[in-house]
Amino acid sequence: MPLTDDEVRHIARLARVGLSDDEVARAREQLSTILEHFELLNSYDVEGVPPTAQSFDLANVERDDVSRESPDRDTLLANAPRVDGPYVRVRAVLE
Amino acid sequence: MTTEALRPDAILDLPAHEQAKQLRSSAVTSRALTEAALARVRAQETSLNAYITITDTEALEQADAADARLRSGNVAPLTGIPIGVKDLLSTKGVETTAASNMLRGFKPIIDCTVVAKLREAGAVFVGKTNLDEFAMGSSTEHSAYGATHNPWDLERVPGGSSGGSAATVAAGGVALSLGTDTGGSIRQPAALCGIVGLKPTYGRVSRFGVIAFASSLEQVGPFARDAEDAALLLGAIAGVDPQDATSAPVPVPDYTALLFGGLAGLRVGVPREFFVDGMEPGVRDAVEAAIKVFEDNGAIVDRDVTLPSVPAALPVYYIIAPSEASANLARYDGVKYGYRAEAETMWDEMEQSRGRGFGAEVKRRIFLGTYALSAGYYDAYYLKAQKVRTLIRREFAAAFASHDLLLTPCSPNVAFKLGEKVDDPLAMYLNDLCTIPVNIAGNPAMSIPCGFAEGLPVGLQLIGDMFSEPTLLRAAHAYGEITKFQERRPAFFGGHSS
Repeated sequence: MPLTDDEVRHIARLARVGLSDDEVARAREQLSTILEHFELLNSYDVEGVPPTAQSFDLANVERDDVSRESPDRDTLLANAPRVDGPYVRVRAVLE
Repeated sequence: MTTEALRPDAILDLPAHEQAKQLRSSAVTSRALTEAALARVRAQETSLNAYITITDTEALEQADAADARLRSGNVAPLTGIPIGVKDLLSTKGVETTAASNMLRGFKPIIDCTVVAKLREAGAVFVGKTNLDEFAMGSSTEHSAYGATHNPWDLERVPGGSSGGSAATVAAGGVALSLGTDTGGSIRQPAALCGIVGLKPTYGRVSRFGVIAFASSLEQVGPFARDAEDAALLLGAIAGVDPQDATSAPVPVPDYTALLFGGLAGLRVGVPREFFVDGMEPGVRDAVEAAIKVFEDNGAIVDRDVTLPSVPAALPVYYIIAPSEASANLARYDGVKYGYRAEAETMWDEMEQSRGRGFGAEVKRRIFLGTYALSAGYYDAYYLKAQKVRTLIRREFAAAFASHDLLLTPCSPNVAFKLGEKVDDPLAMYLNDLCTIPVNIAGNPAMSIPCGFAEGLPVGLQLIGDMFSEPTLLRAAHAYGEITKFQERRPAFFGGHSS
């Protein structure tokens, strides 16, 4: 199923990835080819087949609720691209 | 005749289990061995580009600490052995990039569990190896740090995504390295570089601290030049980890002790779905010859095995893996770590950070996943893929009810030329036709060298039942001892250090 430029822009928006017009055109072409290949799945009958989320059947793995030391603030902030004193600096969320 | 002690450079040529003996008998120090490895790795870098970061200073400190342990007798099997680590694995204080501009300069505050275990064992880390960005690719060309080259032919790709780890072992820079395998990223580069690569059973090895791509599919595993070394490294990293709730509470056997059972009596299946159209004739011949070796050495070969849903594995994978990736990579928002663009508003800043920080293939997969999970398409793509995944798992389980091993080609082709497929995503995806079904099912599998086609290595894939790594390693060891393909080395091997 071929995609349109608008659909690609919509997906990019949902994924919060900025794209140039060139990139939109290329993505439309390449994604359409790949989606076409996915149609192979329609030839498999999965009536009544349960989905698999992962291949080793573990469920509800629990651990004891014990407190642990957290890394200190300076260590955590060292990787942040923009820091202001003890804070991470971001653009205003509310206008 | 006098026996002359081997020079460190000659010891570096040996498999890790032989290096360990030399270290323990004080024939060489870890420092000398590590210096030889660093010199060779550095000398080879201009041709291979197998590393993103080489950690000389840290490696020599680790080597000195290992030498102290060796003198005191407090040794583990890998104490003092130089190792390469895929740059997807977090290393405390050492830049970890996932080969992405998004993570340039990022220094993790923790070691991943696998690296922590090897550190504890006294291994020496020479550096962080190159990969396709975020492990998405089959050629190591999708790296923000340039492509890695194949030591068998520098014009060709080493495979991927763990291409740097495979190339450095094939070239003799180190005897051991770690990769990750989400759809073939250990086995396919092992095949294309003519070495041994093992993807463990899902849950066998902790994923804690490994930069996440597709959490239901990926595993960390070893690259080595023979099965005995792969057993050694797997034994050192396997086991349940309280930090990874998907790690399996299954005891870790002594893989080395279980290596020596031979091929006689093994029930081997050859599933026809893996011999795909378009497979190179030279690859087919080498794999057929390998199956004959199994047969001639007492294995019971069954050619009537069929896994009819295996052809669906590729679309299943390219729905499930990108869906998981689109969620896992949502964390890169340019706020707490990673690349951050400058823009006027929060949303513009986030979109530009992600738009410029991620490379083309990563964006493609994020879009595929976002599309497959979006309203109106979830049932048709994601849920359908998960259901077909169940069919594939069931077929593997049925095959292992009456077989110990499945033998298949690992890649339908030998190493291809750099640039040949990089702009054609679907052609690149088709490289992993033979490896992807195994990640979908969760089983363990290996690639081992089984000959050459047009002068380039061919890999034989061994697939086992869940947690049957000992059977895989036993078969790989016996086959290697019989054929000696593992001893064939590229002209580029070693020798490049002064």
